[in-house]
Formats: sequence, structure tokens, C-alpha cells
Amino acid sequence: MHPEEPPAAAAELPAPDPLPPDRARAFYRDMLAARLLDEEAIALQRQGVLPAYVPVRGQEAAQVGSVAALDVERDFVFPTYRELAAALALGVDMVGYLASHRALWHGGRYDPMASRFGAVNAVVGGPVPHAVGWAMGERLAGRTGCALSFFGDGASSEGDVHEAMNLAGVMRAPVVFLCQNNRWALSVPNERQIAGGSIAARAAGYGMPGAAVDGNDVAAVYQATREAVRRARSGLGPSLIEARTYRMGPHSTSDDTGRYRDPAEERAWEEHDPIARLRDTMRAAGHADDEFFARAERAARASAERARDGVCAEPEPPGDDLFRYVYREPTEELARQWRAWREEVAP
Amino acid sequence: MTGVTVERARSAAPPEESGGTVEMSMRDALNRALDTALREDPATLVFGEDVGRLGGVFRVTDGLWRAFGQDRVFDTPISEAAIIGSAVGLAMNGFRPIPELQFDGFGYPAVDQIVNQLARMHYRTRGAAPMPVTVRLPSFGGIRAPEHHGESLEALFAHVPGLKVVAPSNPHDAYHLLLRAVRADDPVIFMEPKARYWDRGPVVLDPAGEGERADDPIGSSRVVRTGRHATLFAWGAMVRRCLQVAELAAEDGVELEVVDLRWLSPIDADGLAASVGRTRRAVVVHEAPLTAGLGAEVAALVTERAFRDLAAPVQRVTGYDVPYPAGPLEPQYLPTNDRVLLAVQRTLEY
Repeated sequence: MHPEEPPAAAAELPAPDPLPPDRARAFYRDMLAARLLDEEAIALQRQGVLPAYVPVRGQEAAQVGSVAALDVERDFVFPTYRELAAALALGVDMVGYLASHRALWHGGRYDPMASRFGAVNAVVGGPVPHAVGWAMGERLAGRTGCALSFFGDGASSEGDVHEAMNLAGVMRAPVVFLCQNNRWALSVPNERQIAGGSIAARAAGYGMPGAAVDGNDVAAVYQATREAVRRARSGLGPSLIEARTYRMGPHSTSDDTGRYRDPAEERAWEEHDPIARLRDTMRAAGHADDEFFARAERAARASAERARDGVCAEPEPPGDDLFRYVYREPTEELARQWRAWREEVAP
Repeated sequence: MTGVTVERARSAAPPEESGGTVEMSMRDALNRALDTALREDPATLVFGEDVGRLGGVFRVTDGLWRAFGQDRVFDTPISEAAIIGSAVGLAMNGFRPIPELQFDGFGYPAVDQIVNQLARMHYRTRGAAPMPVTVRLPSFGGIRAPEHHGESLEALFAHVPGLKVVAPSNPHDAYHLLLRAVRADDPVIFMEPKARYWDRGPVVLDPAGEGERADDPIGSSRVVRTGRHATLFAWGAMVRRCLQVAELAAEDGVELEVVDLRWLSPIDADGLAASVGRTRRAVVVHEAPLTAGLGAEVAALVTERAFRDLAAPVQRVTGYDVPYPAGPLEPQYLPTNDRVLLAVQRTLEY
């Protein structure tokens, strides 16, 4: 340890180019749709429909901006559990996505292979090496797909994340490590989570470029991810992006932020709300008018309500699903237990 | 496998007339099985620590790197979680990975990826993500290795839904069980008894026409010696110990049946019960500690299925409930011939 040495500086990117109007409008629609669906989900939790929920408020730009750099025909996203805005922007079936929060199935009920968005996973570092393996497969198969691995500042402390980044560096795997540093790993702030202060700075040790971007600026996240994807596709290997953002809500609906953070901090971050910020930028650039924003609001509201109604109506899984997916080649013992369950337990 | 453009490569093994019986060590049988697997499916990959240029610390992967190239057989950093985690991602991308964890004790750093990820990704994704991964795990003691280099993790992994666990005891089974594991569409933990790597025996490479063996279903045990006074149940390195005990007992006119479980998940409960039906007495022998070990599972299964056949309680001869010992103490830890014979005697006295 050399405490007198400052941490290696991560690359500071130039100010992002202004977004083309169409893209700005698309980002706005997705971010708002995610925001309103997030609010519906919190309401559903308060009504007792969802046993628990993990709000995404504040991180919409980091998620919508990053997945916009992907090509769903050939790329694949490995999420953890707070990636609602990313899922929505990718076109994942949001009823199936929220089914995970309604506890209808742990991994969600969308098809992760078809939607190119991996199953929800609560071991926060767990999916990161999966992204590397998937990306290694793309190279071995001679394809050009890129894996996007979401994880948070808390997950960055997990050993699996370090192993994954090192393996990706060694293998030059086409993967983009997208850390959403939302400042709080449940109740633990960055200062107690990240020795050295920067996740992006770690990239140098893994032989890849690392960039810290303003995670509340959708254009900055989009541009950084697009560059990382371009590198990955052209065989230059992995990249690490630290999108510095803020979890405006609690870690989960079971959480009480009053126990560990200053409300003044939350109010201060309201000023950086990524959706308000994009709206201001679009207005200033003349990319959208009141009518656009009103229309976007109506559409987002309608889609959030559809997903809300859908997840409320979603049937519980049949009991046979307990047994159905354990193996591709079921064992005789499991078949015996399945039969016994049908006789003794099944309604 | 679709879309994989990796060319099929030539074999690492010297040419051999097919269908023949070949005398070889278990290590060579495993090498041959990996060679066969790599040849028959271009989606198959072998990777782990030192499996490439070095050919593995036990040389099980010797020559494969040269024969199949570094896209198919490659070294990884020392990263057990990343080795298994990347295998999960590769499986999601259509590959059939055969990762190696160099020694059993290094399975522990990968437990999260094995238990939380590999074992349940198929379940978590409601069947959408295939997980045809075979984790090769040099296992058990008997070679006086340093700490973490001689452990018995079978009860841990056999307890995990979504995994299958298998341990061969001889070169022939090593060849065929490894191929069966690789061809399986579910994750398999393949526990290689490292004390038996150098044991030689006949391997029927292509048993077509032999009427048995190659297509033994997953979960099948094997009676490796028939007897009528008691059954010894064992797997991995302890099978040879039990065969030695059976020889010794035969000198005193006690005929012991020896059953090699082979598959530790799923366990061949019917096969075990059938043996007890013939002998009415059972002793389970394993290297792992006694408490909550797989011997308890075997005893329970036999009791559930063949209680009326049993003339005596099922006996267990195991390691002790202590951390795996240093080399000089190993012979005092592992089940000995005398301990197994004493247990046989106890069951015969009922």
C-alpha cells in the first residue's frame, strides 16, 4: 500500500456529443416508461401484491443509455436485479420481468434466451463471470456479439467480479462491464465499499480501458457504451464503464434509508434527476415541445398500467413447475418424488 | 451446436483399432475420453488451470492442447469462480464446457458458482438455458498431498438439486462415465479418485456387441464382485479397498459382495436394495467424514427399501469428523482393511 499515491486516474471522457433528436426522444420515452412502471411497482408492493421490490429510480439513464448501444440480434445482457429500465428498453416482456418481484418465479418469467436478457439474479457478483463465458463463446464461434454485464458498486467488492474482469482481460473477451455506481450498497456508502475510491480505475489492472461517466447523463452513458461495444466487436477486448449515478429510493421496499443516509443528500440528487435533465436538454435544443412530453407521459402511463395489470393477473405457477425444470434428463428419484407430491400434496 | 465454426481437430491419442480392449491407466482412460469428446462435438471445450501446455498437474489433459488448439483446450487464470462462471456463460451460448478444478479443496472457492449458478440456471430460466457442463474434480485422498489437495465433497454436491455427481473407480468406468457425463444435458460433477490415476486395467473402448456398459443409464451402480454374506458399498478409490477386503474375507469363507455406486447423485437405490436382498447385510465405506456423509444416505435408502431383508443394521466405515489430515496421518484416517473387516464382523454377529 502506498497511501500517498492517488488512485490511478480513469480515463475522463470528452463531453458527450448532443444526441440526435430521434434518439433523445426514444431515450426519454423509455426512461419515463421505466420511471412510471417503477412507481407502479412500488405501489403494488404497498398494496401487498408484490412481496418486495427494488426501485430503480435515478438509474434510468445509466440503463437506457447503455443498452441502447447494443444490437439485440447478436448481443446479450447479464443483469442482477435492479435492471428494470434496461429490460424495458430492450423490449423484455415486463409482466414476465415483474413476475420475479411478485415471487412467481425467482428468475422472472420472460424467456431470457429469446429476449437476450439473462435471468434476474440476486447474488450480485454471480452473473458477471457468466457474461465473460458467453463473450468467450462469441469469439470461439467466430461471431461478433458482445456481452453487457451489469453490476453495482456493492458487487464490485465481490471476488467473482474481480475474477471475471481478469479472465476477460486475459482472454480479450468481448464484454462490457457496466458498473452502476449508485453510491449505496444497501446501507454502505462508497467510502466503506470501494478502497481507492474508483471502480473505473481498477480497469488498468485488468488490462482494459476504464471510464468513469456521469451516469445520470444518458448521452454520456450511451456514447461510452457504444465505444466499448465497438472495441469489443473489433476484437480489442473488454472495457469497464463506471456510470456514476444515484439510487434515489431505498435499496428495497423493506429498507429504511432514514437509518443511514442524510435526506439532504437525497434532495441534492433530485437536482440531478436524469429524466428532468434530459427533458431540459431536449427543450433547450428544441428537440421536443410540450406536446411531445405530454404524449410521452400518456404513453408511459398506459404501458406502466398494462404491465401492472398484467402482473396482477399473472397466474401462479402450476405446482408441477416445482419439479419440471430441475433437469433436462430427470432422475428416477425426482420422478418418484414428483409422483408422491402429486398424490400427497398437489391440490 | 449451431454456429460454431471451430474445425474438428485431429486426435491427441495414438490410433487404436476400434472395438478392442486396451489396457491403460485411469489417467490415460480419462485422457482418451476427453479426446473422444473433443473429436465428436466441436462445441466441447476443456479449460482450467494448467490444463493446456502442461497437460494438467496429473497429465489427464496431456496432448489435448496440441491436438485441438488453444481455442478448444486452454489455460485460465487461477480463478475457480470464473472457471465455473464462464462455463455457465459458455453453456448459455451453446457450448459444452468441461472445466477442471485442479484439486478438490479448490472446489470450495467455486461453490457459489456451482450451487447458486450452475446447478439452478436451467431451473431459474424455466428450462431456457441449457447447462451441459461437466466439472472435472480430482478428488479424495490417499496421495499424501498438502492441505486442500485431498477432500471428499460428494455429500455437499449430491445434496444440491440440479447437479449430478459421479465417481469412477477403474479405467473402464472412467472412460465411459466421463463420456456419459459430457454427453449429458445437465451439469455433472465428475470426481476423479486421484489415488487411482495410475492404476491400470482393461478398457473396452467400443463395447458395441459386448451387450453392456457404454450405455449404462445415469444413476446405475455396478456389482463388481458377487457374494452372499454381506454387501460392501463404496465409490471412487474405496472400491479397490473393498475388493481387497473381500479377498481377505474369502480366505475365512466369508463371501462379500462389492457394489460400486458410481453415481452419487442420483443414487441407484433399487440396485443397492437388490444387493441387500441377496446378502441381507450392508457396510458402507467412504473416505469423507462420518457425520452427514453419503454413508448416511445409503444406509437410509437401504433401510427404506429393504428393511425386511436386513438382518443387521447398516454399518458405516468412514473417515473421522476431523479436517483432512496431514500425510503421515492419512493411513490412520482412511478406512483400513481391518476397520472394514471389523464392521463386516459386527454385521455378521447379528
